[in-house]
Amino acid sequence: MIETKHVDFYYSSFHALKNISMMMEERTVTALIGPSGCGKSTFLRLFNRMNDLIDDTRVSGECLIDGEDIYSKSVAVDELRKRVGMVFQKPNPFPKSIFENVAYGLRVNGTRDRSFIARRVEDSLRAAALWEEVKDKLRESAFALSGGQQQRLCIARALAVSPSVLLMDEPASALDPISTSKIEELIASLKQDYTIVIVTHNMQQAARVSDKTGFFMMGELVEFGDTKKIFSDPVNEQTRNYVNGRFG
Amino acid sequence: MKWSRRVIKYMIEGLFTLSGGVTSLVILLIVVFLFKEGMGLFTNPAVEKGYALCVNAANPTGSLDARVVKQIFDGEITTWEEVSEGKMTGPIALFRFNEIFSRYTEEELGEDYALLSPRLQEVVAGTPGIIAFLPEEYLPPGQEVVKRLRAGNITPGSFFTGGEWQPTVAPAPRFGVLPLILGTIWVSLFAIVLALVPGLGVAIYLSELAGARARGWLKPTIELLAGIPSVVYGFFGLVVLVPFIQKLFSLPVGESALAGSVVLAIMALPTIITIAEDAIRGVPRALREASLALGATHWQTIYRVIIPHASSGITAAAVLGIGRAVGETMAVLMVTGNAAVMPRSLFEPVRTIPATIAAELGEAPAGGAHYQALFLLGCILFVITMVINLSAEFIASRGQGKGVGA
Amino acid sequence: MNRKMKQALAFATFRLLGVLVVGVLFSILGFIIYNGAGVINWKFLSASPEEGMSAGGIFPAIVGTLWLIAGSIAIAFPIGVMSGIYIHEYLGNRWIVKVIRVMTNNLGGIPSIVFGLFGMALFVHAFGFGDSILAGSFTLGLLVLPLIIRTTEEALKAIPDTYRAGSYALGAGKLQTIFRVTLPVALPNIITGLILSIGRVSGETAPILFTVAAYFLPRLPSGIFDQVMALPYHLYVIATSGTDIEASRPMAYGTALVLVMIVFMMNLLATVSRLRLGKKTKMD
Repeated sequence: MIETKHVDFYYSSFHALKNISMMMEERTVTALIGPSGCGKSTFLRLFNRMNDLIDDTRVSGECLIDGEDIYSKSVAVDELRKRVGMVFQKPNPFPKSIFENVAYGLRVNGTRDRSFIARRVEDSLRAAALWEEVKDKLRESAFALSGGQQQRLCIARALAVSPSVLLMDEPASALDPISTSKIEELIASLKQDYTIVIVTHNMQQAARVSDKTGFFMMGELVEFGDTKKIFSDPVNEQTRNYVNGRFG
Repeated sequence: MKWSRRVIKYMIEGLFTLSGGVTSLVILLIVVFLFKEGMGLFTNPAVEKGYALCVNAANPTGSLDARVVKQIFDGEITTWEEVSEGKMTGPIALFRFNEIFSRYTEEELGEDYALLSPRLQEVVAGTPGIIAFLPEEYLPPGQEVVKRLRAGNITPGSFFTGGEWQPTVAPAPRFGVLPLILGTIWVSLFAIVLALVPGLGVAIYLSELAGARARGWLKPTIELLAGIPSVVYGFFGLVVLVPFIQKLFSLPVGESALAGSVVLAIMALPTIITIAEDAIRGVPRALREASLALGATHWQTIYRVIIPHASSGITAAAVLGIGRAVGETMAVLMVTGNAAVMPRSLFEPVRTIPATIAAELGEAPAGGAHYQALFLLGCILFVITMVINLSAEFIASRGQGKGVGA
Repeated sequence: MNRKMKQALAFATFRLLGVLVVGVLFSILGFIIYNGAGVINWKFLSASPEEGMSAGGIFPAIVGTLWLIAGSIAIAFPIGVMSGIYIHEYLGNRWIVKVIRVMTNNLGGIPSIVFGLFGMALFVHAFGFGDSILAGSFTLGLLVLPLIIRTTEEALKAIPDTYRAGSYALGAGKLQTIFRVTLPVALPNIITGLILSIGRVSGETAPILFTVAAYFLPRLPSGIFDQVMALPYHLYVIATSGTDIEASRPMAYGTALVLVMIVFMMNLLATVSRLRLGKKTKMD
């Protein structure tokens, strides 16, 4: 379970997130939508503290995963990131073999047991619905795969370290429609095991894959609720305009 | 458009076009001039021009190897048995041209040395075991009285595999380039060994660890240090490093291969740091984030993802560093002691190819064998650095293909 | 050892290396400045060497270096800029550009002593210039040519194509566009390259050894066929083969500091020109 309480976020003097309080339940898919620059990606990157990599940023408020404040001093950032996996907008495999890409997270976390690694790699690739396509060429470069396959590889890579949360930052925006539908099917099946938060530009996609939807604008959470309700009968006027495609 | 303006336009554009080819032209000219002069070396006789090695007409020996000639004149070979396979026996009587002035009085040599030539013939004819090094102008034509030994030309084989560089010894200068090539490689390689790890470390520090402010002044300062003239680094090496090395290892002289390597390492550092840092910063942000998002620590991300990805750029930095070191002249000239011997240890003087050219070209008469040998050294240097630069370029360009797939 | 400790250890090592390397580089600078600062005064800069170059000043060497800077830049700058224009504005992206670029990079990588050899063979002997400012300037000019070409090319590359399109759309020709739009915008960066080349020229020794540099010549040159003293060669001479090396040490420190200061000033000037001129012509 992920929860934020009165979170504010600043890029030096720019107030990027304003007083966000939100609750994302376990084993559900939450979609974050909104126009470009509304803060939805920044919000997503709070949960694995990816924003720490940018100089001169500031967070206030509480950000809880399973009841633990992930910004407290006692939290080790790399341990947190093991628990909270992330899939990026563009597929970003390492310039290594398919196998080594998936094994990477295990290796950096100190796993040396080869048979365990091999098993996890297979399980993760299966979970990412990629196993059948790559099982005969695990030692080949990840760059030999198509864009959609690369993105599923990146999902497999994230799954290999057994996270409980999966953050997805517009995971299908760089893909063709067929690859996109595969990713969407995958999200539906992963929901049984993972808490998924997905940022998307594509409103049909949000409607198709998510259980809950949050609409962001100008750094504020305008409306948050059941996806069905948001898309059919939103409370807020701006939300209605956005989901009906009047702007953004 | 008026026709005069059109002419001006064509003239200016013609100038542009000509300038576009200027670098290619210069390289071509360098190749032509260097190789023309350098290759001239192999048309030179092995003995000094205008001189001949002479023996008594009864001596059956027809030719002597340049190395043997040198050993004879050094006194290492003293009998004919050692060199003529039994055809000639007895001790070798060495005779140098200026000895004629101690053997005969001024009157005996005649007014304006008019009798110099017959006296020389007398000496050669009267000494069966003689070997003499004499100017051609005083020798009689034909082989009846004074027989000239065939010395042959300087050969590429003796040049490239010769182990002795003694360009000014008479009668047969030795142009063996091996000690110089090895000296160059020896000093440069050790310099890179010294510079690579610290250089890489600083590059990683600058690109990954230093704050924006620290990098903001460190990077330009390091680039500035790359611009300090080599003669200043050489001077520093001479007054600080050389005495220090001498004391530290209690050597007879501090000028040594080690001093050269350390100075070259210091000079190569800014180059290595700058290029390696650029390569590291060129690693796509997406890869870095992907690694961190999987729970890798910053250090794991650096050595598992960032360094492998930047490896071609880093290799190119090292290769370019070697190229610089190989061609560096003044600093090396000032601190290595310049003994043209085969390098055996880091603590002895050595001499590199550029230092040899710089030290000797001033004293080599234009067009002579020594002059041409120095140009040939220039050719070798040119080829070595060309190969190094091209491979650096190749390595760097091969790395550019690696990116984030999409 | 766990991975946290490894990281701490690795980072500590890098910080240490950083401090060490930067420390070494700075101590060299500090050493030259410390020992040279006391030597430099008006007499040092304005008098000729005296008493076997162990006293007096370095004025002839300064003048000689200025001549060489002026000469080599006069040769290399126009050719280099025109070459850069041709490569970027006329050839664009054709394969020949790659060849030219490889050639330019390689010319830049040729050791300076090879330029010295070449300059001696071509300018001193074949062209019959003798040991002269002319021969030295040509040799040094060729040496910095790649630097000027590259900075010009980079400067032109940084200009967005919309500028050129804007000019063409108003009916300007290619040459007009280059002279009225492209070059003025690129100028600050080209000037930066020019200034850096001056720094480079003033410090090179090997190319001038056999083309122009005089061991000791206390009078000033009267024309481009004269030999001159030059700062870097002067430093080499008084550091290694003066008549009294120990006595001329202070002169050597002073000369070294003057050389370092020239490089400093040129870098500073380059930065300033980039910022100042850049502001004036920047169009966002």
